[in-house]
Amino acid sequence: MQRTFLKEEHVTSLDAFRTESRQWLLANCPASMRTPMPDDEVPWGGRRAEFRNPDAKLWLDRMVERGWTAPSWPREYGGGGLSTEQAQVLAEEMRALGCRAPLFSFGLTMLGPVLLEFGNEAQRREHLPRIVRGEIRWCQGYSEPGAGSDLASLSTRAVPEGEDFIINGHKIWTSYAHYADWIFCLVRTDPTAKKHEGISFVLIDMASPGVRAQPIRLISGYSVFCETFFEDVRVPQANLVGEPNKGWTIAKRLLEHERKSLASFSDRHRERSARSLREVALQGVGAVDGRIADPVLRDRIAAYEIDDTAFQLTRRRLADEASADGRPGPASALMKLCATELNKRRMELMVASAGTQALGWEGEGFNPDEIRETREWLRSKANSIEGGTSEIQLNIIAKRVLGLPD
Amino acid sequence: MALALSSEARLIRDQAQAFFAERSPVRALRQLRDSSDASGFSRPLWQEMTELGWPGFLVSEVHGGSEFGLLGLCLVLEAAGRTLAPTPLLSTALIGASALLLGGSAAQRQEHLSALAAGERLFALAMEEGAHHAPSHVQTRAERTDRGWRLNGEKRFVPDGGLADMLIVTARTVGEAGNADNISLFLVPAATPGVTVSRRVMVDSRNAAAIRLDAVELGEDALLGEADAGMAVLEPLLDRAYVGLAAEMLGLAGEAFDRTLQYLKDRRQFGVPIGSFQALKHRAGLMFCELELLRSAVLGALEALEAGAPEAALLSSAAKAKACDAVWLIGNEAIQMHGGIGMTDEHEIGFFLKRARVAQQTFGDGPFHRDRYASLMGY
Repeated sequence: MQRTFLKEEHVTSLDAFRTESRQWLLANCPASMRTPMPDDEVPWGGRRAEFRNPDAKLWLDRMVERGWTAPSWPREYGGGGLSTEQAQVLAEEMRALGCRAPLFSFGLTMLGPVLLEFGNEAQRREHLPRIVRGEIRWCQGYSEPGAGSDLASLSTRAVPEGEDFIINGHKIWTSYAHYADWIFCLVRTDPTAKKHEGISFVLIDMASPGVRAQPIRLISGYSVFCETFFEDVRVPQANLVGEPNKGWTIAKRLLEHERKSLASFSDRHRERSARSLREVALQGVGAVDGRIADPVLRDRIAAYEIDDTAFQLTRRRLADEASADGRPGPASALMKLCATELNKRRMELMVASAGTQALGWEGEGFNPDEIRETREWLRSKANSIEGGTSEIQLNIIAKRVLGLPD
Repeated sequence: MALALSSEARLIRDQAQAFFAERSPVRALRQLRDSSDASGFSRPLWQEMTELGWPGFLVSEVHGGSEFGLLGLCLVLEAAGRTLAPTPLLSTALIGASALLLGGSAAQRQEHLSALAAGERLFALAMEEGAHHAPSHVQTRAERTDRGWRLNGEKRFVPDGGLADMLIVTARTVGEAGNADNISLFLVPAATPGVTVSRRVMVDSRNAAAIRLDAVELGEDALLGEADAGMAVLEPLLDRAYVGLAAEMLGLAGEAFDRTLQYLKDRRQFGVPIGSFQALKHRAGLMFCELELLRSAVLGALEALEAGAPEAALLSSAAKAKACDAVWLIGNEAIQMHGGIGMTDEHEIGFFLKRARVAQQTFGDGPFHRDRYASLMGY
């Protein structure tokens, strides 16, 4: 028997956990929650959450009870208390069984991890359990009309008044702000300091007087992004996370978590896709001896799939090599860059394969899958802009990974 | 199983890197080239590698090997790639040993494995007949004779063909080139009458040969595996070869990238390091991504090969395709970013571009492996 030199630590206990988890998932995941998720059934949670499918509510409740909406968070805040390896095993088992995620939320992927690291005990106790249970839907107040890639030049102001801040400003690209209950927000608290040193990180209830969210219609026809306006909004100073004027450190850490989350965006997207790339290609250009008839398109699809395979393996490898603190670190820039550029390539190949059937906007002559793919192709153009452009990711890699000089 | 390396594996890698850095730096390859060395490699150095047990990494302890496995061997190949060390490791330790393990009879293993593990018998795979990798494009003929077989044909671009003691030759009994049926594998001692080995001086200063087979008479025992079913051995053998070469390419791409990155930090123009220019930073970032993807592709293929997983063939072609992309990009960018100095023979970076080009073409280029990947995926 030849030996292998890949790490095999904790295999025995992990195997037991895997078996146990699989049995629990098989027993508790409703059959309809093991089917691809339609767009209108994405469980975002929140005060106004709707469950078109009652099984989705049942599935969420069962997962919440086990702490598995946030598998690796501490149990005292409602999490599952799992180790990084166990959480990875659970994710693998859910994927293998085709279980839907019980909850999608920026609270889970972005805010929660930074509250665990930077929040005070009162903030953790107030917000984390409600995120775990899907009771509060969060959105992200980062970009402004004048602060995109140069995020630290943001100008939304927070002025102390008694126990509160008075906030005035204008955020943009706030995803789903029109559905959100709370927003985590970067605000300027010291306009005289250097731009990175006068920023604070605050939590704001969207129901506060003076907050207004207005959806923006995009090239895809979708309106996932909003402009969010703050007019003399009163926010308790107790909602400040970390020290005043030290928000940039928290902001950057949250961006690492966001990049990590965006790096799995294309998987979620693909899992929800009705048709695979090769189906669309075989149908769109025809087959010769079972092969995609256009050899150039076939080569490009294979190149994409090979890169995607290498990317999936890279994600596994980086998770295996990750430091014990679970922080994503600069590798998240590589993952965000590759994931989003790959998804754009995939959608380009989709529309190229479908030909004129990918040119429909609405109405007759195109089936719903085709219309959806065309819209998703347009939507995918934002992948390499949102959460830090590809160029920003390359800057991060050059500076923090490769050590190239400024 | 994890894709991260165990501490034992890291030890093997570090030992191999230190060995090649000290004993076979790029200037050793330059010396072999400039002295027009007939064999294109260093026998004393091979002896040292033998003492480290590398030729026997796939061979069982019964036959004097260490059974360290394919991943361990590929870590050594990656390290060899970093200094462009010309070694018979791929042809002998990986391909020769795998051919015997996959297709050899007990008698063949008994006869060859100990000598192979001891570094005393070198192997080469004599397969290609055209200008592009095509395992089933075989015109070389195998005829039945009273005492065994007679081979006639011509092979080209046989890596390490000029120094091998034992050739693994593909030949067909009937049918036309391109037909995967009726191909058989033979173990042919290079010293057999009728075998003519002509060295070809290659752009990467390595050893490759053209081999003529004129009425080469062989015994029954020369057949490796079943007659007419050679592809059953050749395909899994090539999967391993693809990944072994991809591992070497990972090493050469990694080293070429590291040297280029250092140059970007050292070289000053307009009063600043050229690595401060965003146009170059972004391209360096993209190269880094390609390298990381390649490393994962190689490890993923090795994991599948070691486990005998059904996706091993698919992942082997993915790894070689990715290796071709990465060495092409990094080889070319390395020259461009070094500027004029990169065009000189005196500077070592050009050696990386040359080896990259040969490695890309060896055992199938990107288009070959994407075609195979698509076919295996059913489209």
